Amino acid sequence: MILLRLAARSLLARRATAGLTAFAIALSVALFLGVEKVRTGARASFADTISNTDLIVGARSGGVQLLLYSVFGVGNATNNVSWESYLDISARPEVEWIVPVSLGDSHRGFRVMGTTPEYFDRYRYRGGQPLAFAEGGRFDDLFDAVVGADVAARFGYRVGDPIIVSHGLASFSDHDDKPFRISGVLEKTGAPVDRAVLVGLEAIEAIHVDWRGGGRIPGLRISADEVRAMDLTPKAVTAAMIGVKSRLRIFRLQRAINEYREEPLLAILPGVALQELWGIVGVAETALAGVSAMVVATALLGMAATIRAGLNERRREMAILRAVGARPRAILGLLTLEATLLSAAGAALGVALLYAGLAVARPLIDSAFGLYLPLSGLSAREAAALPAVVLAGALAGLGPAVRAYRLSVADGLTARH
Amino acid sequence: MSSGSNGTTPSSTSPASSDRSAEAGGGAPEGGVPAIRLRGVDFAWPGRPPFRLRVPGFAVAAGERALLMGESGSGKSTLLGLVCGVVAPARGSVEIAGTDIARLPGGARDRFRAENIGVIFQMFNLLPYATPLDNVLLALRFAPGRRKRAGDGRRRALDTMAALGLPEGLAATAPAASLSVGQQQRVAAARALIGGPGLIVADEPTSALDEDARAAFLDALFARTGGAGAALLMVSHDRRLASRFDRAVELSDIAAVSREEAA
Repeated sequence: MILLRLAARSLLARRATAGLTAFAIALSVALFLGVEKVRTGARASFADTISNTDLIVGARSGGVQLLLYSVFGVGNATNNVSWESYLDISARPEVEWIVPVSLGDSHRGFRVMGTTPEYFDRYRYRGGQPLAFAEGGRFDDLFDAVVGADVAARFGYRVGDPIIVSHGLASFSDHDDKPFRISGVLEKTGAPVDRAVLVGLEAIEAIHVDWRGGGRIPGLRISADEVRAMDLTPKAVTAAMIGVKSRLRIFRLQRAINEYREEPLLAILPGVALQELWGIVGVAETALAGVSAMVVATALLGMAATIRAGLNERRREMAILRAVGARPRAILGLLTLEATLLSAAGAALGVALLYAGLAVARPLIDSAFGLYLPLSGLSAREAAALPAVVLAGALAGLGPAVRAYRLSVADGLTARH
Repeated sequence: MSSGSNGTTPSSTSPASSDRSAEAGGGAPEGGVPAIRLRGVDFAWPGRPPFRLRVPGFAVAAGERALLMGESGSGKSTLLGLVCGVVAPARGSVEIAGTDIARLPGGARDRFRAENIGVIFQMFNLLPYATPLDNVLLALRFAPGRRKRAGDGRRRALDTMAALGLPEGLAATAPAASLSVGQQQRVAAARALIGGPGLIVADEPTSALDEDARAAFLDALFARTGGAGAALLMVSHDRRLASRFDRAVELSDIAAVSREEAA
């Protein structure tokens, strides 16, 4: 007990050096845990986005690709699903609900998504929460649009504001002959819908009636009023999200869609595709975790170097301990104890830094990256990292401790200095 | 002083022989086990520069106050290292209170030192960051027997420091580094004395003190050592101190130092 007190006192007496050393360890631990938090936060955030969807259907391509473009707005569809196929699938007995998604246009850098009003009923984010409106309501008229929270915040949109949809994702041509009116602004969700402009499926059809491919059909001009009288049944959708009546039937439906004869289609289980995605991203994650672990190792080596550098000045201290009967092994233990205390202080301070950092950075990360990091306790994996750091610190302290052992054996009671 | 001393002969220069030293010094083993008895000791530091110390015979009786005089480089530190069991001789025996510590393994010598010997250095005796109280209690950490004898260690430590003339207010709160050198030496003496070891070894404990402090320190040390019945072996080059000891011995009379390559 007295040795622990003395080790603590000794560190306190060298508080400037010891403090810096512990702080370096704390920073490295906070970085390591922070990377861990962001990683698990990103995974949870992605998983939350698709929590309610059993299957996603799109043109045949890769599962990860389909997941990314249909749900997260990353990348593009290579092909569409024809309206006939869509109706066929909707009619299947396993389907409880189906929500189509039509992508491809944009508004000032944000994606425009055509869908049905049922989207607002079916879409769930972050633990099953439904979408809510900060202002206004769903699209009702053909040229109504609902904007996500980020879109509204960026451009200061309010209900009633006009909004022009551009053709394609990075386009110079606007559908300015058919302006939309904002009917609602969504609450912030932290999900990709924050960065989307939602319109009706028919509206997508309507703005494209006089277009073909990448441009207007020359000489054909159909006004916004004229288009209302036309049949606006879509010819194709980009993808569709499906809820199944019984989970047991998911695989049967998936197989049926994948073996659909009229058109090459792909149905994916979002969770499985997400796992596939993590498999790809996992390499980068491992690299990141590896780098932050190296930072921890660097901090611990720095601590060992600091302790070793201070040994010469403390030979007197060791001689005193030897004089009162401490064995050289006790000196070894004392130095190791010191390293352990420093690492433990560093680890504890690191956790404090992590949560302080999270509290400050959370809203910024949420708004900048749409990544919601919950202020949760440490996971088992994160908590296990702390004793590992302390243990590694004790091991790192063994180096200078062995040196102190040798010095104390050589010096005996007389510290030659 | 006395030449050719083989350690069992009572010193002729003892100005104030105590009863105990007379008994032990009289060569009667049944009269009491000597606090220190070195016989045929031959020690060489490993490595360079070569340094070899031979002590044919030297003893300090139980309760005796012995002064060992010698210039620096005369092997004082080495002899103290042998007596304290920090090093062991290649040949010969080092008996402390009847136990030949030369035959003990290193760890056992450390434990033996913790239990039976109190050590006072010339200066820098204390862990500067710890309180005087913790510095004194440190002596009990590695010595369960002394801890038991001391009883309430904290109380005993404070009493001992008070008896040695250290203001009580300082003992438990201030770090040792804030004490004067004289006060630090008193704390060191308290650490050596607590739990009643049979032998106190002091390496020039007064050389950093001025004349008045020196006398006061020795008075306090002698009073406590005598009270506890402990033997005192003090090393100093200050011959003026000799009159205050039971016996004063020239190191060169009892030990031979050679600096050539050991055979």
